[in-house]
Amino acid sequence: MDVIYTIWLRNVKRYLRSRSRIVGSLGMPLFFLIILGFGLNSVVTIPSVSENYVEFLVPGIVSMSVLFTSIFSGVQIIWDKQFGFLKETLVAPVSRIEIMLGQTFGGATTAIIQGTIILVLSLFVGLNIPGIGGFLIAFGFMALIGVGFTSLGIAIASRMEDMNGFQLIMSFLIFPIFGLSGAMFPIESLPPMFRSLTLADPLTYGVEGIRFGLYGVSQINPLTCLGVLLSFSTAMIFVGAFLFRKVKM
Amino acid sequence: MKAVTVVDLTKKFGDFTAVDRVSFDIEQGEIFGLLGPNGAGKTTTISMLATILSPDSGKALVAGHDIQKDQPGVRKSIGIVFQDPSLDEELTGWENMDFHGRLYRIPKKIRLERMEELLDLVGLTERKDDFVKTYSGGMRRRLEIARGLLHRPKVLFLDEPTLGLDPQTRNYLWDYIEKLSNEMNISVILTTHYMDEADRLCDRIGIIDRGKIIAIDTPENLKKTMGGDVITIRSPDYHGRIADLKPNWIEKVESYDGFFSIALHGAEEHLSELIRILVERQVTISSVSVHKPTLEDVFLHYTGRRIRDSGNSAKEQMRMTYRARRH
Repeated sequence: MDVIYTIWLRNVKRYLRSRSRIVGSLGMPLFFLIILGFGLNSVVTIPSVSENYVEFLVPGIVSMSVLFTSIFSGVQIIWDKQFGFLKETLVAPVSRIEIMLGQTFGGATTAIIQGTIILVLSLFVGLNIPGIGGFLIAFGFMALIGVGFTSLGIAIASRMEDMNGFQLIMSFLIFPIFGLSGAMFPIESLPPMFRSLTLADPLTYGVEGIRFGLYGVSQINPLTCLGVLLSFSTAMIFVGAFLFRKVKM
Repeated sequence: MKAVTVVDLTKKFGDFTAVDRVSFDIEQGEIFGLLGPNGAGKTTTISMLATILSPDSGKALVAGHDIQKDQPGVRKSIGIVFQDPSLDEELTGWENMDFHGRLYRIPKKIRLERMEELLDLVGLTERKDDFVKTYSGGMRRRLEIARGLLHRPKVLFLDEPTLGLDPQTRNYLWDYIEKLSNEMNISVILTTHYMDEADRLCDRIGIIDRGKIIAIDTPENLKKTMGGDVITIRSPDYHGRIADLKPNWIEKVESYDGFFSIALHGAEEHLSELIRILVERQVTISSVSVHKPTLEDVFLHYTGRRIRDSGNSAKEQMRMTYRARRH
């Protein structure tokens, strides 16, 4: 437990110190929220889910920043590999699973902080403050998204030698996951093929879970969301741990 | 009990045998050097002993733990300073130490005490709260050494500890390493391709080339095998004119790539005679130097090559060789 905490602590410390990273990774979600939200607010109404489009967008954008931050945190172990720090950790008398879990929880924590910042900023663009229970539900889903996708990031990083492939991950993994998640459009309105893709995207359940927390309504039953996301995160921890175990120094 | 026992350790990468049936022992408290050119198998040997790589055959005990059967036991009893940097630059020196201490599960009170003590030992107390990215190369090395000692290892591995450092910093580091081994009575294995480093620091040296250990002894004994003095002459005319040079005061003549070296006793008194003979034989002489045997000469003797020729490296290495000769 203390080893997991140690690695968690390092991740969180590094995150809190890199102001440019915090501000930098707020840029894109805010851009989406403000430009897209206000740009389309007057033309788009989504009757059954929410009154205005900005409001509809908030859970998706929160999920987006959690998604980006967590995958990036996972992939960060490539930097550790390149800067040699990973060796220091791997040669210590600790098990790989402890290292992996520390990294996962560290990444998830930074992702939750990042999501929370977006959530707080959303209050300024018209998000109504939900009850404390609602916030907790939203946090819970953020945590699950964070754990799942940090593990995915670690799994990917375990197979990569350097950061050259990162653009590939951005284009063919992170963006599709975000784009298909129903973060920007209601699932109902999608053509059937896209709808099944959307329903196969784990992030969809995160977005809807957070939506339920914030507004009390969602397009998918929140218990379904919880079930799917829990299974996804657990599976990802196993995949990540399995691949990380094989990492060579 | 020996600190390290290595028997017939072998590691292959495909067809290439990086380490070929290497055997040696290290006593408790001894500084043992693996000296050889780049690519000789030094780092591979250390990596196997540190459980980073697993050997293809052979056996090794580190502090009594088998490197294959008891990896956690080995890991707990070793400290390692890698050839490449392995610090977190975004953390302070103190935090890097603390991370290590927690990873090795050292209880808080002892951890903090030792951290103070070790940072003091390597002279980093004043800089402990600065980020590592602001440290110089030498400071980083010292921090890594202090970190490697935090969990009180029985054996400390130093893989090319002074690579890329300036001469002054190297001298400092050597002092630290000596002080450490004296004060803490830990065994140190260091790899190096610097002759003067091995000579100055090590109680015993294993000369390694192409994966094989070709000689193990104290630096003094190794140099003794070379005779009293060495005259090194730079000349293109070895074959025919010099190879058969055998007045009774010459013990050994060896050539390598534009140089040849003559081992003998009393070089000063025989020098003029030697030059006369060479001139008579119409040998072109570009330069002559007289010196006590160095480990470079020993390496040359065993391998027929100079360390600096066999590696793929750097001007720096060449400079160091010249420095070593001048002393």
